[in-house]
Amino acid sequence: MTDFDLVWKNLFRKPLRTILLTVSIFMAFLIFGILTSLNVALDRATGSGSVSNRLVVSNKINFTQSMPYAYINRVAAIPGVTAVTYQNWFGAYYQDQRASRFVGFAVDPETYMAIFHDDARLTDAERQAFLTERTGVIVGKSLADRYGWKVGQTIPISSNIYSQANGRRSWDMKISGIFTGAKPTDPTTAIYFHYSYINETITFNRDQVGTITVVTASPDQNDQVAKAIDANFANSPAETSTVDEKTFSRAFLKQAGDLNFIVTMVVSAAFAAILMIVSTTLVSAMRERTKEIGVMKTLGFSSPRVLRMVLGEAVLLSSLGAVLGLGASAFILTGLSKSPVGSNFGDLSMSPVVALLGLALAVSLGLVTGAVPALSALRMSIIEALNRG
Amino acid sequence: MSALIQLKNVKKTYKRGKESITIFDGLNLTIEQGDFVAIMGPSGSGKTTLLNLLGGTDRSDSGEINFDGERIDGYNEGQLAGWRARSVGFIFQFYNLMPVLNAAQNVELPLMLTKLSSGKRRVNVETALKIVGLWDRAKHKPKELSGGQQQRVAIARAIVSDPKFLLCDEPTGDLDRNTANDILGTLQQLNQDLGKTIVMVTHDPEAARFAKRTLHLDKGVFAEVTQ
Repeated sequence: MTDFDLVWKNLFRKPLRTILLTVSIFMAFLIFGILTSLNVALDRATGSGSVSNRLVVSNKINFTQSMPYAYINRVAAIPGVTAVTYQNWFGAYYQDQRASRFVGFAVDPETYMAIFHDDARLTDAERQAFLTERTGVIVGKSLADRYGWKVGQTIPISSNIYSQANGRRSWDMKISGIFTGAKPTDPTTAIYFHYSYINETITFNRDQVGTITVVTASPDQNDQVAKAIDANFANSPAETSTVDEKTFSRAFLKQAGDLNFIVTMVVSAAFAAILMIVSTTLVSAMRERTKEIGVMKTLGFSSPRVLRMVLGEAVLLSSLGAVLGLGASAFILTGLSKSPVGSNFGDLSMSPVVALLGLALAVSLGLVTGAVPALSALRMSIIEALNRG
Repeated sequence: MSALIQLKNVKKTYKRGKESITIFDGLNLTIEQGDFVAIMGPSGSGKTTLLNLLGGTDRSDSGEINFDGERIDGYNEGQLAGWRARSVGFIFQFYNLMPVLNAAQNVELPLMLTKLSSGKRRVNVETALKIVGLWDRAKHKPKELSGGQQQRVAIARAIVSDPKFLLCDEPTGDLDRNTANDILGTLQQLNQDLGKTIVMVTHDPEAARFAKRTLHLDKGVFAEVTQ
């Protein structure tokens, strides 16, 4: 028999209590595993494809407000700007508005492909087809796989914002190409189609653009160019806000709230609750064993050894819950990655960093919850323990 | 015979609130190797305190406590724990077995403090359980054993690491007469056959008859010695 055997047997002295505690720790780590991985995936998604000399111009009120089409040429004329393209959020979905929404942008194919050729990788033939077919659309590989789309197929893409003069809310589009990302983990769940095809058929907001992407001569000029663009449209009906691409992506996500903050708060609340439950239970469990601790000390077990065993029991308990919780969250994340909603986040699988962070958290949780009973076991005198029990 | 334990001018006072209660004020005691001593006395006479001092689970205020030529009253907590593990076997009134461990595992506990191999430990556990006649109950948990059987397991636990000295605190206080006599017979056998030195605190004159001599403690002083 080893110290570990003794710790293990003590842990399962009251199996129901241990199972209930393990389940509560399991829940905390399930929340931790899923939310943290989601946050990491979002962070990665906003960072992916961002290039340091790209700026995004949007309406100063917020990016849901559009800007006049005429801004494009004025932006292009500003010193330091080497390329410009533009895009309009379309509110795209396929057949079922609730179940099959995805990212869809109306773009100017020529200028768009010139800037984003690396983020939406196509064969030369596909690229050429997209540039020349007015109803052409390029679709991300994940999305194409999800719906079984093939190059050359015509699909109806609907909008939850726009409609046509004839009342239809969908546009027939021919798939010119299926693109992949720069990295295998990059999300490929968007579609891009011709701005001109949409613009001439929509019933409102014609000749407006949502955002303008600007390429500067070098990242050093970003600030200067951004200021020049915003100054150019100051005091106009549609003032602009120009920021680098990464900042824009993060700001986009912050529309739904500060995810980092939300994740931190939810995970902290879960852990605070678990901390209280586990430490209170462990204190009362140790109190039940006061006499046994006294006997062990009488037999010659040193106080530090008893302390290590009590702490070991708490760490073992939290690690057990953590391993199960992290394992279950990894399993759920794998399932989520394959779902229509989850695939929008790109690679959702749990990273080794999140798993290691979880295990470190489990050890810390064990040490904190075990600290009070372990210290009281350390300080307990033999006579007091034998008399109290 | 040589002295195994010697207490010289031992003083012990407890504080209860603002009040100081003197238990021993210069106690002297010598216990020879191979002795079997019963200690009797009324409640509050100092029996338990004496047992605690002899077992190194409490400290004297002054005086000397020698064990087999070693002075143990100056040991720190860690040294005392090591000394107890090496030299003393404890037998309690209520057995104090670990409920999560079976009989063999309970007996093995003191061996966890040694460097013996697992094979040697198994041999020692088997020997100890055979001495108390409970090898066939080795896999039983304490709740599956009678009071007398539990006390036998406790005795096996006390002798498994082969200490010279056994300290028994009312070892038959929770048992019926027949079972008590059985347990006391086992202690007597350990004293006579294996040469264990035994100090036993008891209220029971019948139990004391199994010892070689009885010391009567009253108000911290040995009042009478019965051979």
